[in-house]
Amino acid sequence: MTLDDILTSLFPKGHDVANDKGVLLGSALLQSGGSAVVIGVAGRSPLGVDEAIRLSRHVLDAVEQGGEGPILVLVDSDSQRMSKRDELLGLNEYLAHLAKCLIYADMQGRPTVGLLYGHSAAGAFLATALATRVLVALPGADPAVMDLPSMSRVTKLSIDMLKEKAKSTPVFAPGLNNLAQTGAVFTIWDEKTSLAEQLQTLLGSIQGAGDQRDRLGKHRNGRPKAADIAERVHDLALQSK
Amino acid sequence: MNISDRETATVPHLANSKTVSWYEASARQRVQLLLDAGSFHEFIGPEQREESPHLQVFDLPTQFDDGIIIGRGRIAGAPVFVAAQEGRFMGGAFGEVHGAKLTGLLRAARDTKSVPVLILFDTGGVRLQEANAGELAIAEIMRALIEARMAGVKIVGLIGGRAGCYGGGGLIAGCCSALAVSEQGRIGVSGPEVIETNRGVEEFNSRDRALVWRTMGGKHRRLLGGAEAFVDETIQSFRSFALHLIGSAPVFGAEVLKAEQTRLEQRLQRFGLCADAVDIWKAEGVADAEAVPVMAAADFNDLANKAREPRYDAR
Repeated sequence: MTLDDILTSLFPKGHDVANDKGVLLGSALLQSGGSAVVIGVAGRSPLGVDEAIRLSRHVLDAVEQGGEGPILVLVDSDSQRMSKRDELLGLNEYLAHLAKCLIYADMQGRPTVGLLYGHSAAGAFLATALATRVLVALPGADPAVMDLPSMSRVTKLSIDMLKEKAKSTPVFAPGLNNLAQTGAVFTIWDEKTSLAEQLQTLLGSIQGAGDQRDRLGKHRNGRPKAADIAERVHDLALQSK
Repeated sequence: MNISDRETATVPHLANSKTVSWYEASARQRVQLLLDAGSFHEFIGPEQREESPHLQVFDLPTQFDDGIIIGRGRIAGAPVFVAAQEGRFMGGAFGEVHGAKLTGLLRAARDTKSVPVLILFDTGGVRLQEANAGELAIAEIMRALIEARMAGVKIVGLIGGRAGCYGGGGLIAGCCSALAVSEQGRIGVSGPEVIETNRGVEEFNSRDRALVWRTMGGKHRRLLGGAEAFVDETIQSFRSFALHLIGSAPVFGAEVLKAEQTRLEQRLQRFGLCADAVDIWKAEGVADAEAVPVMAAADFNDLANKAREPRYDAR
């Protein structure tokens, strides 16, 4: 689906989301009534300091204006922008700030929903889609924490060898299903039916419970240990004096 | 299998926090010398052998603590939670177990609503051999960290290790209440080699160490406002500043985020066209900007405090 198709299917009552060189900003009417704030990264654009600061501004303005509508984060991005200038200016702070704004908004009662409809990677993924309460994806989305050629360079293993290993474990290989198995992606939507209705169902099912991704990863056999380790440390720490 | 602190177990405890270099020390030494003597109590220590379940797929050695030490201790008599990454194991990178230990600690801190957390970063970011689990672990850590701060917990990052603080580690650092960083403590998202590999040596020459230090190193981060404190190399200095920052860190909320938004917008307006760190320092009003890299810590701090008072309310 193209971005326009997605926006039309998500918001049949209308939206004013604008795409300015890959930065998505706007708002939309929800089918169920009320409105949503929309941010995002489109066209497989990298996320650098200049883009991140506009996205965080939009989120903060929405929180400031009040209301209870959800915040949608649409993502088809590259990784963070890899440049001297971005690092010089403190890209880690800009990306962290964007994530903080999204997490804060969610905790203030503005449910954040990520929709991964294309690519994303590394720091850009952490600051956008992975900073939401619930992340859904469209079929064909192709997230990659690290691509296989780069991984091949670092691990000194051939790409064929990596592909072979990827069959037995989803834990390192790129791709939507592998990431979903670790618990990062809550569900994969059906692009042949109304996205608005699927969004409405999703919003109705969001609960107040905390971060459930490690439990989901255990349930799906993508992350066998994370949930239990976190829980054990949590309990030991609270018992300690 | 290897145990990172084999050497610390055999060296008599002559080591002193005033003389031991943070950079040279192991994660375990840093924790021991940072906290009040004998106060540290570890959670899921190496004796429990909770190793990475994924490294064997790559025929790589595991480590019994998966490269991170998590526990509780005291600093100047007050309780504190501590997490310390071992940069000498897999570059301190976040894997499934490594990350989950920190997530659990932060969730506990959140539930105490009070006990501060010290994170001793030493990391290149996500551990590639378990990239999906590591990336998601970082997302969970960021979430748990902000939840803890919302509950009133102060979280201070200490950065001065071999691996620096890169990738997702840089994002977690950016979520902390305050940071103390030494000269060697580089902070960034894309490391020098990553930029060079992806964009070419013209964009960033990773072998130009002076360029690396002045673009990502502790002095630049302090002058830019990316870290609240610049510390010299000793563990004693990190201890003093950890105490200071726990005391001065802000209570997290809308005001802090709005102040950070403004702080970061102003940075782009003021320095967005600067080509090099030296240009930024000059624009900050640093008189002898060229001399900053060779300046001793005390002299640098005098200069930095004149150029830019540290802010404690905008992170």
